[in-house]
Amino acid sequence: MENHKTRNGSSAKICCVALDTVPYQGAESEMSSSQPDIPAPLTNLKFQYTKIFINNEWHDSVSGKKFPVFNPATEEKLCEVEEGDKEDVNKAVAAARQAFQLGSPWRTMDASERGRLLYKLADLVERDRLILATMESMNGGKLFSNAYLMDLGGCLKTLRYCAGWADKIQGRTIPSDGNFFTYTRHEPVGVCGQILPWNFPLLMFLWKIAPALSCGNTVVVKPAEQTPLSALHVATLIKEAGFPPGVVNIVPGYGPTAGAAISSHMDIDKVAFTGSTEVGKLIKEAAGKSNLKRVTLELGGKSPFIVFADADLETALEVTHQALFYHQGQCCVAASRLFVEESIYDEFVRRSVERAKKYVLGNPLTPGVSQGPQIDKEQYEKILDLIESGKKEGAKLECGGGPWGNKGYFIQPTVFSNVSDEMRIAKEEIFGPVQQIMKFKSLDDVIKRANNTTYGLSAGIFTKDLDKAITVSAALQSGTVWVNCYSVVSPQCPFGGFKMSGNGREMGEYGFHEYTEVKTVTVKISQKNS
Amino acid sequence: MVSTSSFPERASFPIFINNEWHESKSGKKFATYNPSTLEKICEVEEGDKPDVDKAVEAAQAAFQRGSPWRRLDALSRGRLLHQLADLVERDRAVLATLETMDSGKPFLHAFFIDLEGCIKTLRYFAGWADKIQGRTIPTDDNVVCFTRHEPVGVCGAITPWNFPLLMLVWKLAPALCCGNTVVVKPAEQTPLTALYLGSLIKEVGFPPGVVNIVPGFGPTAGAAISSHPQISKIAFTGSTEVGKLVKEASSQSNLKRVTLELGGKNPCIVCADADLDLAVECAHQGVFFNQGQCCTAASRVFVEEQVYADFVRRSVEYAKKRPVGDPFDVRTEQGPQIDQKQFNKILDLIDSGKEEGAKLECGGSAMEDRGLFIKPTVFSEVTDTMRIAREEIFGPVQPILKFKSIEEVIKRANSLEYGLTAAVFTKNLDKALKLASALEAGTVWINCYNALYAQAPFGGFKMSGNGRELGEYALTEYTEVKTVTIKLDDKNP
Repeated sequence: MENHKTRNGSSAKICCVALDTVPYQGAESEMSSSQPDIPAPLTNLKFQYTKIFINNEWHDSVSGKKFPVFNPATEEKLCEVEEGDKEDVNKAVAAARQAFQLGSPWRTMDASERGRLLYKLADLVERDRLILATMESMNGGKLFSNAYLMDLGGCLKTLRYCAGWADKIQGRTIPSDGNFFTYTRHEPVGVCGQILPWNFPLLMFLWKIAPALSCGNTVVVKPAEQTPLSALHVATLIKEAGFPPGVVNIVPGYGPTAGAAISSHMDIDKVAFTGSTEVGKLIKEAAGKSNLKRVTLELGGKSPFIVFADADLETALEVTHQALFYHQGQCCVAASRLFVEESIYDEFVRRSVERAKKYVLGNPLTPGVSQGPQIDKEQYEKILDLIESGKKEGAKLECGGGPWGNKGYFIQPTVFSNVSDEMRIAKEEIFGPVQQIMKFKSLDDVIKRANNTTYGLSAGIFTKDLDKAITVSAALQSGTVWVNCYSVVSPQCPFGGFKMSGNGREMGEYGFHEYTEVKTVTVKISQKNS
Repeated sequence: MVSTSSFPERASFPIFINNEWHESKSGKKFATYNPSTLEKICEVEEGDKPDVDKAVEAAQAAFQRGSPWRRLDALSRGRLLHQLADLVERDRAVLATLETMDSGKPFLHAFFIDLEGCIKTLRYFAGWADKIQGRTIPTDDNVVCFTRHEPVGVCGAITPWNFPLLMLVWKLAPALCCGNTVVVKPAEQTPLTALYLGSLIKEVGFPPGVVNIVPGFGPTAGAAISSHPQISKIAFTGSTEVGKLVKEASSQSNLKRVTLELGGKNPCIVCADADLDLAVECAHQGVFFNQGQCCTAASRVFVEEQVYADFVRRSVEYAKKRPVGDPFDVRTEQGPQIDQKQFNKILDLIDSGKEEGAKLECGGSAMEDRGLFIKPTVFSEVTDTMRIAREEIFGPVQPILKFKSIEEVIKRANSLEYGLTAAVFTKNLDKALKLASALEAGTVWINCYNALYAQAPFGGFKMSGNGRELGEYALTEYTEVKTVTIKLDDKNP
């Protein structure tokens, strides 16, 4: 494996490994089926926006503290960002509360106009696509081609989808008993705190703010401390699009300080969090202890992928591979328990290992690099520890199994076979490029084993059989089940976890329920008629 | 202000099929006129049955399984509609100018009301495209059951001359949003903005055949659409008389689905406790807007006895002040009637008012010797049996009637076969809710008039129409529901 030097900025066509869908590019390209061309990443990206964003203005932290933000491929510091804490969160919440007052510009705005603002924001994100993709790649260790096509593509679709809902959030008139006229209003919840992860920084930022704003809420966002930069850039676009001051506020900082301040704030009406199950539990606890704020959680997973003997093997190999290794295994949906039917097991392992060996590790901005670094030292050490446990507990190490390179948090793509359900690598979320391949015999048995976890975020099935596809997807305790595909995520579809993988759903019509509070209005009338 | 000298020179406006411009099969053309100057604007290719057939063929091909339009992501259909809205906004002044020249409506109305409605409607339905959701359904037995909300197919749209572009967009937006293909016949009096829209549809990048526009006349092109065996659904806005013919033809041919937006004789009820200034102004605009040529025209104003005289006096003041004249003059509120036929019909009804004993308060005749302008006319002491209280006038004539009690006015308001809109002016909560519930009308306005929004469904009770346009409800008219039931293997554990 080679370490490519950083390019000199000349343009080049980069082919991307699209998982399943090609993101929207424009009317013309809807009709064509060619591979999309993407520009080269910017070579002189400046990090202009590094402060706290409140009321459409930039603020220093109350404490005066800043924190460093790094490039995980090089371990170099990219810049320093104002470090928000409880006092800054208080300021942000006050601004958000003010913007939410009855009679405010935001509350009196036509719903369709809220949608217009979200559309404008989409157009501005599209204008700055190259800046944002370069930023996500440098700050998040993400392959540039994925950042440009998948992350930014998803961002645009999400904004446009949510923009369209704004003036379609409808209450009901209800035929209640008695001489009453009854109707419901689907009101915004209020001030929403939103705590973001580092694996899809910008996409998760938009998954949170787009439905919230579409429903008329105001928000206080804490991006992950590892990756605050893209949200801060979009803050300027939010102002440029014309959102009133106080509608969106961003407080970069750490979990135990700024994040905890949000979870326990007495004047925040709802908190939405994407991250680990461990922290999700703390947030829900804090919400309960403080003011019973509404909670939605998108947490971890240990997602099963079941490959039946009748599967289309070629496709299954590539899809199950991407389902684990995409973005260095740092996906909540990572298919980290691959159950393969006995009769095809050995072949499947052999070819999965071949595939895992094909990576080019290096700086994710460089074309030709197919695997970037893990996000930081903490993750890197956790993954290496779990790899060691795999070896110790008796799984068969097929390839990889250790770190790579002498700078940056790189780990070799690793495959374990003959993994049994009791091993740590079969139970704990690894969040790294480590694939576990397990054998199964009977359908009943594999369903039981797949469900035998406190997680339940997603699952995959490979089969050609109609009945098997329907019954197994019905049987799996999982918020999303992908059949003959994986990671197909689209803003029209609700996404979220069963069991301890989360509470509630994001995206789709269902996601909007989480951002409205229903008010029933009952008016006494002299005589009702049906 | 845009003058006619900047109007593009064209031999004749062609027919739009498959994103291309065609001559009529017959070679015939017809003229379209400016009702303000009575001058011919230009000629237009006259479509008839063979042209409709050609258009339907194109629309069918565009609707085939596997076609670009059928395979397009729903979100992308929405994007195309959104981009069309952007182009309409870009060319807003051109479209408003064409609309004014062709229909006689004041330019500022065309620009600020018609075009605004078009842009907002396109954007509203653009947002629905990828939110048209079927259901998974918990039926009995060991089956999996779900619904698909599929497009209906090739949809015919026959549009009127009073809001030519807006009424077209009201049909086109939901039809395209749901994935249908369309064959449009705009009113023969006002084909120009529809055809211009065709050029924008092509510019945006809708695949060929998705939208086709065949200008022509009702008894020829319109009838061809209503009875076409390959058109799956027809939407018509126009008179109740023609609406009945459309529904009949649809039944006789292939049972195509029908939505109709027809006439109205809309009651406007002013209670004694109303804000009288507001009521007078709303009732005035409600009947006189667009030269009285609205299906929503407030053409039966019922005023409670106690405030009757005052209401009439103030309404007459308003009517006398209404500026009538050149639609391109920014001071004009009222332009000409659309054509001689309408003009004659309105004057005939005005005469009947005089003959049947209503009191002519002001107006009552044409503006000048030539031209299609009619003076804003107010009748008081109108009773329910008079023709002006029963027939749709579609002109600048306001009949004002008196009532004593709420129960009485409800009965009288509901006594006609029409049921499109109604308005109520009152400050009393219970009265408002009671009237809203009691009036047989598809839309009831309380303390406002002509408050129309893309988000809110619009359509008639009784003979004012079938079905609803706008709002989520419009989607039902443009989708066909398929239930899919999959039997599972009972033997599988």
